Amino acid sequence: MTIATTIREIRDAVRARHRSAADVCREALDRIAALNPQLNAFNTVIADRAIARAEALDRDRDRWRDAPLLGVPVALKDNLCTRGVRTTASSHMLDTFVPPYSATVVEKLDAAGAVIVGKTNLDEFAMGSSTENSAFGPTRNPWALDRIPGGTSGGSAAAVAADLTPLALGSDTGGSIRQPGALCGVVGLKPTYGRVSRYGLIAHASSLDQIGPLARTAHDAALALSIIAGPDPADATSAPEPVPDYTAALTGDVRNARIGIPRRLLEQGVDPEVSRAIDAALDVLRSRGATLVDVELPHAKYAIPVYYLVATAEASSNLARYDGVRYGYRAPTPKDQGLTTKDQGLRTMYGKTRAQGFGPEVKRRIMLGTYVLSAGYYDAYYLKAQQVRTLILRDYDEAFSDVDAVDAIAMPTSPTPAFPIGERVSDPLQMYLADVFTVSANLVGLPAISVPCGFTAGRLPIGLQLTGRRFDEATLLRLADAYERDTEWSKQLPPIASR
Amino acid sequence: MAAGFTREQVAAIAALAHLELDAAELDLFARQLGDILTAAEEVQRVDTTGVPPTASVLTRHASDRPDEVRPCLDRDEALANAPDAALDAGLFKVPRVIG
Repeated sequence: MTIATTIREIRDAVRARHRSAADVCREALDRIAALNPQLNAFNTVIADRAIARAEALDRDRDRWRDAPLLGVPVALKDNLCTRGVRTTASSHMLDTFVPPYSATVVEKLDAAGAVIVGKTNLDEFAMGSSTENSAFGPTRNPWALDRIPGGTSGGSAAAVAADLTPLALGSDTGGSIRQPGALCGVVGLKPTYGRVSRYGLIAHASSLDQIGPLARTAHDAALALSIIAGPDPADATSAPEPVPDYTAALTGDVRNARIGIPRRLLEQGVDPEVSRAIDAALDVLRSRGATLVDVELPHAKYAIPVYYLVATAEASSNLARYDGVRYGYRAPTPKDQGLTTKDQGLRTMYGKTRAQGFGPEVKRRIMLGTYVLSAGYYDAYYLKAQQVRTLILRDYDEAFSDVDAVDAIAMPTSPTPAFPIGERVSDPLQMYLADVFTVSANLVGLPAISVPCGFTAGRLPIGLQLTGRRFDEATLLRLADAYERDTEWSKQLPPIASR
Repeated sequence: MAAGFTREQVAAIAALAHLELDAAELDLFARQLGDILTAAEEVQRVDTTGVPPTASVLTRHASDRPDEVRPCLDRDEALANAPDAALDAGLFKVPRVIG
């Protein structure tokens, strides 16, 4: 079993001139070239651009000496806009879209000395749980090529798991960083809503979306978050809270930490191998001095239906912009169709463009969202879901602020390990259940991390999820890092990636 | 309503969403939307008397800024991704709407 390279190791090696950024970049590109045909983790690889960037860093190394990601190859989920580089959201609708600007997180990575190597596959417009809903075909799990990598940031998770890049950014609307992180055996962090600017993230559900890192270790995730977090004038929902150095929180000391376990919520539907791994992981944290207590989240069981009412409503509104006029696909419309009504040509173009540009899951969600927002059904579905969202929020607030408050709430990230490709594509409800433990954190806006905590007998990764207080990513990262110090999971590579 | 949708109902929702659906999609979504909303019925049984809705979890408004003219996208760049544009005139072009 080979130990993969971390962000810190690469950065320090380039900084000390033991390696050039260009060599590191070429090696990453070679590995992508070797493994991507099997994994389909990348939609776009920008080899020439990446090497030119790495060489520029090498030429001007004195100026970049203190850059925290100096020479580190990074993959970006293909729903993060990159100026001059095709950004598709894995949709036919955007398959030739070249953004004229970059997302704020991309600008921050550039300023930190990172080398962006490409754009990773996702479920179309980040709607799904398996990366099967992609116009460019499914990504495969590096641990088992016949299985899904999770989703929607499946390409980013697979890229890090297969050691193609030590860092990838994803986005998480209902578990889309954490669940693929868990199923691919890497760390995935969804920050507090507002912690990271969403400017330049192709919107799915704006009250739930958040950008975050996928990395091999909690330390690397902490390093990445320190760089991408912070207020941004271009995103009015970005929070003004100061950004700490998250790596400074990684003391290994969890003696005062109280970890809540919602046992009643976990009574049903969790795979026995997953349950055993979670219990064993919590024992490790207890042996380090953390206190485990039971918590009640009585309304969390409604999280999935609440999520699918709220998220689809927001998505149907956000995706109204894809109309074939300003960017993206436009269905061919003959100049003269013998149309009689004045606006029929335009309306026909809209309808055909959206019919041909969107895939089945996106259409399904637009339909559901349009329905729950429509006159006569708004109160019964959308408003009701927002009220139950308030109840879920109060459950978490109580757990984190009672007299016997906890510092984190522990659950499995996913109730099952990675399932076979194709198993759930024809049953949307089954697919939605993959997110049963992850959607709550988005509905309530709290930070949550998935950290690798073992394998099934069949060598499929399992992830432990920890949810924390608002803007207290530091505690989650400290717990995850402390856990990693006593375990070896994060050092394991899938056989396909062994060097 | 959640028990099932007719084709006509699905077609009416699709029209609101400017989405052309074929016959197979109308049938599929009639069934699937019904199934998904049936699964959501448990939410409707929760007592929410006096509970305000949560549309956003922001605890405070982040950033007001002065309303000043600042640099923005170059016009050619803004038009560069358009499926059909009159670059000289600086216009997006759409199928004929009037007359």
